Amino acid sequence: MKLPDLTELAVRNLRESLLRNSLTTVGISVGVASLVAMLSLGIGLQQLASRRLMKSGLFDTVVVTSRRDLRNFNREEERNGPAPGESRVLDEPTRVEIEHLPNVLEAYPDIRFITELRYEDKPHLTTIAALPASAKTNDAFETVQGHFFSSDTAPEAILQKTFAEELLGRAPKPGLDETNIKELAAPLLGKEIVMRYAQREAAQSPPSTETNDKNAASGDRSLAGAAYSVISREQKLKIVGVADLDPESMRGPTRARVFLPLGLAESLHVMQPTDLREVSRAATDQPVYSSVSVRVRNPSQVQKVEDAIKKMGFNTFSILDASRSIQQFFKVLDVFLGIFGSLALAVAFIGIINTLVMAILERRREIGIMKAIGASDSDIKKLFFAEAGAMGILGGIVGVALGWAIGQVINLGTNVYLKSQSFPPEHFWSVPLWLVAFAVLFSFLVSLAAGLYPAGRAARLDPVQALRYE
Amino acid sequence: MGETLIRAVDGVSLEVRAGEFVALLGSSGSGKSSVLNLIAGLDRPTSGSVMVQERDLAQLSREELARYRLHTVGMVFQSFNLIASMTLAENVELPMRFAEVERGKRDSLVREALSRVGLQARMNHRPSELSGGEQQRAALARALINRPQLLLADEPTGNLDSHTGTEIMNMVRGFNQQLGMTVVMVTHERALAERYAQRLIFLADGKLVGDESHSAMTAGAGTDQARAEGRP
Repeated sequence: MKLPDLTELAVRNLRESLLRNSLTTVGISVGVASLVAMLSLGIGLQQLASRRLMKSGLFDTVVVTSRRDLRNFNREEERNGPAPGESRVLDEPTRVEIEHLPNVLEAYPDIRFITELRYEDKPHLTTIAALPASAKTNDAFETVQGHFFSSDTAPEAILQKTFAEELLGRAPKPGLDETNIKELAAPLLGKEIVMRYAQREAAQSPPSTETNDKNAASGDRSLAGAAYSVISREQKLKIVGVADLDPESMRGPTRARVFLPLGLAESLHVMQPTDLREVSRAATDQPVYSSVSVRVRNPSQVQKVEDAIKKMGFNTFSILDASRSIQQFFKVLDVFLGIFGSLALAVAFIGIINTLVMAILERRREIGIMKAIGASDSDIKKLFFAEAGAMGILGGIVGVALGWAIGQVINLGTNVYLKSQSFPPEHFWSVPLWLVAFAVLFSFLVSLAAGLYPAGRAARLDPVQALRYE
Repeated sequence: MGETLIRAVDGVSLEVRAGEFVALLGSSGSGKSSVLNLIAGLDRPTSGSVMVQERDLAQLSREELARYRLHTVGMVFQSFNLIASMTLAENVELPMRFAEVERGKRDSLVREALSRVGLQARMNHRPSELSGGEQQRAALARALINRPQLLLADEPTGNLDSHTGTEIMNMVRGFNQQLGMTVVMVTHERALAERYAQRLIFLADGKLVGDESHSAMTAGAGTDQARAEGRP
């Protein structure tokens, strides 16, 4: 029998016992809906998490720290690598060395310090970080209001939106959207802020040559021969932009609330926490960095670059490390949600078998007649498959719509709740097109599988007995 | 019934020529319907053979038997066996669906078949809306739609009054004489058999007990067409 005939007969048969077949189809729909609802929740949550990570703009970045930095110490590397004291220092030659590794676009020092800023004679204390010129093309800076730094050494600053709010004396509200940034930026752009900072300056000459000589002669080595002074300075900065960065996002320069051009920040020789530890080097013009950010050509090469840098004897960290475990978590979550969602479909599966077995009993004579007038076993088998498949497709389509609707309702409900708790609205429900196709196909296949036994049973029916049966 | 073997037909050997009108007579349980089912390819003999047009039905696969029933045999039953949920037109069209006849051709063939049995006005009615005679006429139209060479009728007038029965039998005779179809009819009414069949075969307890030719009827010449020897 050809497909159009098969479909026509199947639909006709389904219409004959409309109530029973509709109920079975509703059963399939509920199964598919629960599957779709569960999976779209998993996908939506995953997308929400990835969006947050993406916003940090660090997917192609590896952060390098020295093993000498005990605060960053990683217990695993403590056992495997060299002892902290024997580890390499993260200084300018090292930075250049890292920059020359294959697939590395650039390596720039993370200059970050806490200091005081004055705006309209009011002091504000915050973290300041330096940004390389390449950050201009970073996803995270796409939404900057105003413009990016005019040059790498320009005395300019970009503010993070919560800091802009602080400057304007507004209470930070959670969940501001972009229109508010425009509004925030308008009164601030072009204004001047004054940054106070501690400059590290190498001493021109050793503190006392006399004493030094004396000590050297007597074998006293308490003085290593290096010294630097710390000078308080002020720098005027022009506000050129306000950025929609998330201060709570992962580590990296975005955690600061005010950004300076990297060239300017380097030239200021701001006192860094590492300067105290690496005191012998801090006195020279060759600075030591607390961490270096490495931008990799492509996120897929992050692991390779990380390995190469680890081999050099440094600690590394990338968002990919974090996102990998997050992805793993979501995969497990998806599997669990999928299993729970499938339970209802399993019940529907049994429903289909039941409906079709009932149909065989009811249509025993009809099957006998069909066989007597020339229907083959495979014709009968196909007919039952077609009926199961039709219920599956119909149930799948209705189920997807139902699942989508459930998702929308829950999304809406959760957002109403979030709003009442003054959290920003989130979209954690996603029904991508592939899920729609997958759900309908899955429903179809499950229904065909359910039709396997009834179809086989109907095909094997003996026409002589079926016709004798009244 | 389990595994108990019941010999419905035992040691029956008969030959039917092409174009012959044969009646199988016998009381209830004599095995006449079993012989008909063997010729129809609905049942297989446990031993022996059923030769139709040089093919042994006992050796055919289930699929081949289905094709044989579809193209070579047309069947009518005592209880008409139309599908209740389908209209007459759909019932008559059904064998063409299995035979994968082109959709465009089916409509005119259905009309032609139904008008031959005088039911063109009733084609969109369901069997339950028709009288017994009309249902049997529709069953005849369905049996003939794939142009079989062999018409098998199992008590075709058993559920009809004598007037309608005669009407149906006249139609069957018409097909036998005009279309040259071979007819094998099962009945327990001797008078009916004598009136229409050229040959009467008597069965009792699964055995062939008599074979009478009726000279009154002129048979169309033909070669050996159906021969059954079996013990189902």
